[in-house]
Amino acid sequence: MKDLTARALNLAELRGATYADIRVVSRDTQSVAVKNEEIEGLLQDQTQGFGVRVIVNGAWGFASSSRIEAAEVERVVTQAVAVAHASAQTKIRDVNIGHPIAVQATYQTPVTINPFSVSAAEKIDLLSKSSAEMRRVKGVQVARGFIACSREGKTFASTEGSYITQEIVECGCGIVALATDLQTGEVQVRSYPNSGGRHHHALGYEFILAQQLAENAGRVGAEAVALLAADQCPSFDAMAIILDGAQLALQVHESCGHPIELDRVLGSEAAHAGTSFLTPDRLGNFRYGSEVVNITADASIPGGLGTFGYDDEGVLAQKTDIVKNGIFVGYLTSRETAQQIGLGSSNGTMRADGWGHAPIIRMTNISLLPGTWDVNDMIADTDEGLWMETSRSSSIDDKRLNFQFGIELAWEIRGGKKTRMLKNATYTGITPQFWGACDAVGNAKSWAMWGTASCGKGQPHQMAYTGHGAAPARFRNVRVGVIK
Amino acid sequence: MLGETLVRDIVKQALAFSRADQTEVILQGSDSAVTRIANSYIHQNVTRSNAEIRVRIVDGQRIGVASSNNLSPEGIQRTVDAARTIAQLQRENPGLQMPSTPQCLESVRAVAESTARCTPGQRAQIMKVLCQKAKSKGVVAAGALSTTEREIAVANSLGVFAYHRGTIADINTVMTSDTGSGYASFTHRDVRQINAEAIADTAIDKALRSRNPIALDPGPYTVLLEEAAVLDLLDFLATVAFSAQAIQENRSFMAGKLGRKVMSDQVSVWDDGCSPDTIPLPFDFEGVPRQKVTFVENGVARGVVYDTRTAQRDGKQSTGHSLPAPNTLGPLAMHMFMAHGSLPKSEMIDSVEHGVWVTRLWYTRVVHPTKVLITGMTRDGTFLIEHGAVTRPLKNCRFTTSYLEALNNVCAVSRETKLFHHDRNGASRTAPALLVDGFNFTGVTA
Repeated sequence: MKDLTARALNLAELRGATYADIRVVSRDTQSVAVKNEEIEGLLQDQTQGFGVRVIVNGAWGFASSSRIEAAEVERVVTQAVAVAHASAQTKIRDVNIGHPIAVQATYQTPVTINPFSVSAAEKIDLLSKSSAEMRRVKGVQVARGFIACSREGKTFASTEGSYITQEIVECGCGIVALATDLQTGEVQVRSYPNSGGRHHHALGYEFILAQQLAENAGRVGAEAVALLAADQCPSFDAMAIILDGAQLALQVHESCGHPIELDRVLGSEAAHAGTSFLTPDRLGNFRYGSEVVNITADASIPGGLGTFGYDDEGVLAQKTDIVKNGIFVGYLTSRETAQQIGLGSSNGTMRADGWGHAPIIRMTNISLLPGTWDVNDMIADTDEGLWMETSRSSSIDDKRLNFQFGIELAWEIRGGKKTRMLKNATYTGITPQFWGACDAVGNAKSWAMWGTASCGKGQPHQMAYTGHGAAPARFRNVRVGVIK
Repeated sequence: MLGETLVRDIVKQALAFSRADQTEVILQGSDSAVTRIANSYIHQNVTRSNAEIRVRIVDGQRIGVASSNNLSPEGIQRTVDAARTIAQLQRENPGLQMPSTPQCLESVRAVAESTARCTPGQRAQIMKVLCQKAKSKGVVAAGALSTTEREIAVANSLGVFAYHRGTIADINTVMTSDTGSGYASFTHRDVRQINAEAIADTAIDKALRSRNPIALDPGPYTVLLEEAAVLDLLDFLATVAFSAQAIQENRSFMAGKLGRKVMSDQVSVWDDGCSPDTIPLPFDFEGVPRQKVTFVENGVARGVVYDTRTAQRDGKQSTGHSLPAPNTLGPLAMHMFMAHGSLPKSEMIDSVEHGVWVTRLWYTRVVHPTKVLITGMTRDGTFLIEHGAVTRPLKNCRFTTSYLEALNNVCAVSRETKLFHHDRNGASRTAPALLVDGFNFTGVTA
């Protein structure tokens, strides 16, 4: 491998690159899907390849190929250089990636049970048992279960002298019960541990076992059916809501994680994912949320889906304050974007979706730090409100301001107690007003790390896995229920 | 690209390595490039070359699927072995019969060599036009140009073999003024058909006209949905309504409605993967020829798409709309068309007293599937319509509305249609503009 990477980097320099890096990536994935105790899908996938990034004539070029062989390396390097020359046709300034980085390191996800050592039969049995438990509940029409495991081996080398090898393991699972009322056309869904049918961590198969899918399946099925008969969530112009950890993790992802991506802030996603209301003039002085809102980006949290050793520019995984006591204080940066606004150095958030894409800024583990409230006390302290659990739909505008979330299950809170179940709850708001109305955050006892396995960004489209820690939290004066 | 001869050799090799009852091999390859601009310069510029084989084995009543992009003989052997091992480790599953009859495939015109040979320099020249136009008008250009050459082959041990080669060129841009933005896009198999000047002008015009937007009061409005907005309606209909799996799971409004009126009689929607007016792909991922399927004809529900599994459940034949196995999503319409009308888009708002012009929709999500109740935002060119004319620019609005109700409230359909292609899932859509009543706006951005 060192010979191949050295060859690529030497060639790039010979062809005029002032900087070059190469990533050689191999990724194994196994996914299992069960529907109504039948195997709906069972796939083993292996993908490998390499990508070369160069700066030539002050501009970026990137080329990649699935064929890891010497002749192809030469072709791809030549192509990357040609692409950079083409980029330079519209250059307004030379790319500046700051001071050189030379790191020799290895990293491996700590794993107790290798997920690829667990047989497919065992995984299918777990999901089938869970599916059967859900369908034991009369009224559950479709019961699904998913398990997905991946292992990515990555070698990064650069003309600055870095050589880093990493192995990242991720596991995810989930179950979903779908109940339908043929008379009314009502469709209700309950998911566990999280919506989208999956909850992921950078851990081994021990993570799957810890979710206790089968033990929770009966409850999941019962809740899906109960929702059919539940009352429609009323509409309120201003209501107190308490979001459970899973939903709050998604709220953090959409309304904080994305607008702090500095490449997006500086316009790189304007044609696609959008821009950000957190403009550079607001760094250090903008009130993002109330005093109890503290958010960090931390790529070193054990098990976090956004945890790694080094990013795809060779920058060490690290922790950055993003919101401190409600004030916006930090971005997710790359080597180039950090220079563009004078931040000195990257905080290591560049990741590419596999070998065939160039790295872009991605969330690591963006977490709302725990507060001081016991969740039961938070509910008891709420005279009138709504408890909201598990996302059913999410939508936000291109600047990350106006959002609307749909929820799988809500409970009315009256006099400090959960009273009746409500269905089809939605809530909407404007990001800083919403976070400014946060008046209670759950403590460390109720704090958990959640994983988003489907974060999309970039052209061409890239998927990333991001982590979000959150405890339940309360928000006042929220507009609820906008279904016509 | 590998070319048909080499592709045949590879799939033949994979089939030979397998001794299972039934074996299916899919090979997908592509050479693609994206030149991306932001702040009126090329900030990302990438190329990618990949080819992947996917092997599905049915052994007795056990199914296993494995895929890899290692196409060496050893790599192919390992992939076949992996699929076989997975199948052997499984419990028995109710039998799946793969398509067995090699079928005549329609010849489709899908390749433009100019796209296949498009160089980084040529892509840069096109994007330079957008950048220069933007600077001349005092706006900022962002966007992407992608050129792709792809090949797909499907073969199985029962005699099916199908091969297709095609090209796609797609350009999109958002031009940004100090307080506004405008969007434009174009898709064709031939990159030479791209008129960068015209695309830039369309987006710049909207960016300039959308400066200093005002807020719209929430409520139902008559809305002109441009083609890029109607694209979203088609996308949701494909996933929540027009799939046999959605009906079998009781999630689709089409259930029990075939032969009955479900939309305005001005609405007709169909899927045709062999049409020269789309980005064609004449067969699906089981090698079944894609049939033209009419979903709605003059407002009346007519049919849905099937793959082999859903067809077996309903005692029907596959319509040629499968996705690669393992597929939990069910069959998917990949080449949808909505029929055009007779009115030029420019004349569609003549009778609108108070309405909204929408260029495109963003971050749309399902709130209720059987009602096709969707929430999302407008983006990149939203304007107030008053007394038959576009007057003031509007801040981007949130809507929560039923697309099904909107399609029941169609007032007019444009004469023009536009082709779109999704790089993420390979689906193509051809959409007109629609004038609809009762489109419900529920909020506005800050």
